[in-house]
Amino acid sequence: MVGSRPGAGGRPRRAFASTALAAAAAAALITIGDAAGAQRLSPARRPPARLADTGLYSDFASRTVDPRNIPFAPQYPLWSDGASKRRWIFLPPGSAIDARDPEEWKFPVGTKFWKEFSWSRRVETRYLERTAEGWRYAAYAWREDESDAVLADEGGVLTTQEVAPGRRHTIPSVADCINCHRGGRAEILGFGALQLSPDRDPLAPHREPLDPGMPTLPTLVERRLVRGLPRELVERPPRIAASTPAGRAAMGYLHANCSICHDSAGPVASLGLDLRHRLDARTAADEPGARAIGRASKFQIPGVPRGKSVWIDPGAPATSAVLMRMASRDPNVQMPPLGTHVVDEEAVGLVREWIEQELAPGTTAPRASRP
Amino acid sequence: MRTWKWVVGGGAALAVILIAATTAAAPRQGAGSAVIRRGEYLVTIGGCNDCHTPWKMGPKGPENDTSRLLSGHPQDVDLGATPKLPPGPWTTNVSGTFTAWSGPWGVSFTANLTPDPETGLGKWTLQNFMETMRTGRHMGRGRPIMPPMPWANYAKMTDGDLKATFAYLRNIPPITNRVPDPIPPEAGGTRAEGATPGGEPPRAPQAGTGSAGSGSEPPPQTGK
Repeated sequence: MVGSRPGAGGRPRRAFASTALAAAAAAALITIGDAAGAQRLSPARRPPARLADTGLYSDFASRTVDPRNIPFAPQYPLWSDGASKRRWIFLPPGSAIDARDPEEWKFPVGTKFWKEFSWSRRVETRYLERTAEGWRYAAYAWREDESDAVLADEGGVLTTQEVAPGRRHTIPSVADCINCHRGGRAEILGFGALQLSPDRDPLAPHREPLDPGMPTLPTLVERRLVRGLPRELVERPPRIAASTPAGRAAMGYLHANCSICHDSAGPVASLGLDLRHRLDARTAADEPGARAIGRASKFQIPGVPRGKSVWIDPGAPATSAVLMRMASRDPNVQMPPLGTHVVDEEAVGLVREWIEQELAPGTTAPRASRP
Repeated sequence: MRTWKWVVGGGAALAVILIAATTAAAPRQGAGSAVIRRGEYLVTIGGCNDCHTPWKMGPKGPENDTSRLLSGHPQDVDLGATPKLPPGPWTTNVSGTFTAWSGPWGVSFTANLTPDPETGLGKWTLQNFMETMRTGRHMGRGRPIMPPMPWANYAKMTDGDLKATFAYLRNIPPITNRVPDPIPPEAGGTRAEGATPGGEPPRAPQAGTGSAGSGSEPPPQTGK
C-alpha cells in the first residue's frame, strides 16, 4: 500500500509519475520482503568478484579505463567526506537513454555506472548495472596497496581509510545503497538534466571541473545517447532559479544532497520537506527549497520550545533545523543520515550565508525573483 | 419472463450496492477485521505495550495506562536529570512509566505509534513501517532506531504479520503526544565506530601480511 502522493500542483505527467511511483513502491516492497540488503538476483546474475571483470578497464594492469566508458561530472557533487571521485557510464552500443520524462531518465538494459572514491589512495569503486530485473548494486574494495579491487561484503566494509581523526570510511552495505538509490523517484542520482546542464554553477560546493570528453546535455543529445529530451531543455539549459548566486548554489546543493529522499514523491514524501529542483522552475518561488522557509519541523532543535522548530528560519541559521542537522555528525541528528562521518563545512557555510543574508527575518517566501 | 429479468437484474444490482457499501464501511487501509484482530494479537504478544504504553500505578500495582494506548513517552512527564550509574555491571535506567531508557546510547524515548498525523504514525505508509522494522532506521532510511527497541526481532516477522500489525496500529485511537527526540550520551559515552543497526560491518581486505584491523576505534565526537 502506497501513501497517496500530495498535490502535485498540476505538473504534467502526473499519471505517468504515479504509475512509476506505484511500480517502484511495489518493487521496493518485494525487495524488503527479503532480509535487509538482499537483492533479488539469481546466482548467475551476481556481480563479478573483481572490479577488473566489470568492464571498466581495457587493461587493468595499467589501470587504463576503456574508452567506451564515458567520464562525467555532475555540477553539484554529493558530499563524500572529501573524497576525490571519478565517474563513468557505459551505454551498450546503439542504445540510448529515454529522456521523454526529463525528471526521470530511463536507462537501457546493459547500462553500467562506476564511481571511484579516493583519498590518499583508491578506497572503493561502486558499480551499478542495469539488468533486465532492475539495477544491481555492488561495491569493490581496493586493497591498501591498490593491487586489486574485490567485491565488498554486502553488509558493508569498515576500511582503514581515515577521513577525519578517529573516523574511518565505511563502504556502504547494499541495504544502504538501496536506502538512497530507492529513496525517491529515480534510481540514478547524478546523471540527469540539471546535473549535466552546460550552465554550471560556479559556486557549487566542492565543484569538479568539466574535463574534455565529459558530456553535457547538448552533447549527449547530439551523439544520440539521450533521446526524447524536450528541446526546450537543450535551448534553455536547466539551472536553479534563485535571486542570488549564493541562493542558487545553496538550493543546488540541497537538491543534489537531500532531494534523494526529500521529494514530493517516494517513501518519505509524507514528511512534506521537498528540496528537489523541478526543471520547469522559473523563479525562486518555484524552487521547493524556498518553500521550506518557516515550515514546522518535527525534529526538535535544542533550546527551541517544543513544537516550534522550523526547517529554515529566515535570517536565523542557529534555529534552522536543516542547517543544524547538516552541521552535525551525531548519528541521531546528522543529515544525510547515511554515508558520511565528516561535516561538509563549505556547504554549511554556503547555506548559512543563504539563510542569514538572502532570507529576510519574518518572511515566508523568497525575495523578488530574478528578471 | 421479461419481468423476471428485471427482478433478477435489479436484485443483483442491489446486492452489488450492498456489498460495496459494506466494504466501504470497513476499517481504514482496506484491512478486514480479521487482519486487524491478528495485528492486535501480535502487538499484544510482541510486547509493544510494555514500552509504548506508559505504565501507571493501579490498585494491584503497575499496569498499562490504556487511556494512552501505544502513544509512547508522555510529553508531560518531567524526568529531571538523567541518573548516572557508577562503572560496573549495571548499565541502564528506566523511568517508572517504562517509556524512557537511559544507557550507554544516551536517553531514548518510546515512540507514539498511534495514527495521530502530527505526533504519531498518521502520515506513515505501510512501506515506511515495514522498512523501519526491517532496517532499524527511521522510515527505512533515517536515523537509527535506538535501543532498547528490539527491532531486529520484528525484522524477522513475515510480510503478512507486519501488515497486520500496521493495520491494527491504524485503527487505535489517535493520541496527540509529542515524544522528545533521543538525547545523545554525554562526552565520553560510547558509540561504536562505523556501527550500523545490525552490528559492526566486516573489515576491509588486507594487502599481503598487513596488520589486521585491531581493537576498537575511539568513540566519535558527538554533535557539533
